[in-house]
Amino acid sequence: MRSLSSSLRSVAIVIVLGSSVSGCGYNRIPTDEEAAKAQWAEVQNQYQRRADLVPNLVATVQGYAKQEKDVLISVTEARAKATSVKIDASTITDPEKLKEFEAAQAQLSGALGRLLAVSENYPDLKSNQNFLALQSQLEGTENRITVARKDYIESVRVFNTDLQTFPSLIWAKTVFSSKKPMVAFTASEAAQTAPKVDFGK
Amino acid sequence: MPFGSAHPVRSRRPDLVRAACLMVFAILTLWLGAAFAAASYPALTGRVVDGANLLSAATRNTLEVKLKDLEDKSQIQLEVATVTSLGGMEIEPYANELFRSWKLGQTKQNNGVLLLVAPNEHRVRVEVGYGLEGTLTDAVSKVIIANAMTPRFKAGDFEGGITRGVDDIITALTTDSASWQPMPQIRNVDQQSPIDTIMPFIVFAIFIVVFISILRGGILGQIVLSMLLNGGGRSGGGGGFGGGGFGGGDGGGFSGGGGSSGGGGASGGW
Repeated sequence: MRSLSSSLRSVAIVIVLGSSVSGCGYNRIPTDEEAAKAQWAEVQNQYQRRADLVPNLVATVQGYAKQEKDVLISVTEARAKATSVKIDASTITDPEKLKEFEAAQAQLSGALGRLLAVSENYPDLKSNQNFLALQSQLEGTENRITVARKDYIESVRVFNTDLQTFPSLIWAKTVFSSKKPMVAFTASEAAQTAPKVDFGK
Repeated sequence: MPFGSAHPVRSRRPDLVRAACLMVFAILTLWLGAAFAAASYPALTGRVVDGANLLSAATRNTLEVKLKDLEDKSQIQLEVATVTSLGGMEIEPYANELFRSWKLGQTKQNNGVLLLVAPNEHRVRVEVGYGLEGTLTDAVSKVIIANAMTPRFKAGDFEGGITRGVDDIITALTTDSASWQPMPQIRNVDQQSPIDTIMPFIVFAIFIVVFISILRGGILGQIVLSMLLNGGGRSGGGGGFGGGGFGGGDGGGFSGGGGSSGGGGASGGW
């Protein structure tokens, strides 16, 4: 039989350690890492959504502007490249990989911008309902990409701050020493902004 | 250094823990202060926040009745806002941040919609919460803006444009059977969720069992102790969320339900 005082002491230890461990940043590292990973999944999801719109868009434009072969081919190629570069959420600590991903997506953005600029020259295409719907979906998707990127950058900032600041720093250096800072986008917003589609004119 | 590294640290641990907790508290206080200071968006005073004074009292009342009716039937929070200035921002990020600061729609369903009109910037946007993106799609939002709203705005008829826009949005939201029909069921589930009711008792029972076994020095107590040390508990993370601001307003108290938006919807200009 244990004495009462030693029992009480073990209870006190449990309460103090339990609350201090969870209250002082231990849980923050895995929690924030998972949040950042989820945001990354959202970023990829929205880029994928854009890529999914491309075949339809190309097909619609093709019906009206066959002679713009170069632009259409460049969009199709850029899409193929963009969908081939994928980053798993667990390896989003490699800046080179992210740069590659960004470059591929930026290439698709550029190609889409040219496609939309070219389509200005075809009045029939511009008034095609299907094309208008696709354009608004593309516009909406670009906006979602912007929001998802912003959220991802913020959640990476939170996670990376956990790794470098007290008190979670204690756990980052000991229990979670294998966790590396995640990388956020570095390219300027301008490089990623959607080609603006102007309706009603 | 080969010696003197582990021992002094261990003897100072209670101090360290206390200091760490104080630090966390200080950081949280600062962070909350900063969050409140940064909020430069208009307050959520009702279902229609007419900051730019585009609507007459009668139109406002009519709109508020429609919007309340929509929420009563479907739980969808449709909010109308007009602002005198976007503060130099594009309307898309402004609408998204305003939507998020007002937390329109219910937390789990994210079924909020924000209709934002910025007359001085000649911009209008329909910002759609995550949960309604399949119903009020970008293309539908665009059609509503281009057909019902911008032509009237161009002619200076803001009341007519906003009223028609709201009508069309409500029609789009309520004629899609896929999202319309299941609403009552979802509401029932939300209200009755049995787990939520029992959960405190379960937690309390577990706590009692653990407490007793620790007192007796049993194996269970040791297991729980080691689990706690290895981070079994889940409590970190953000604090509790209230809704948006409560406001008297004409439509009675109104606040966001905790929903969010990921930038769905469409914008237009005139």
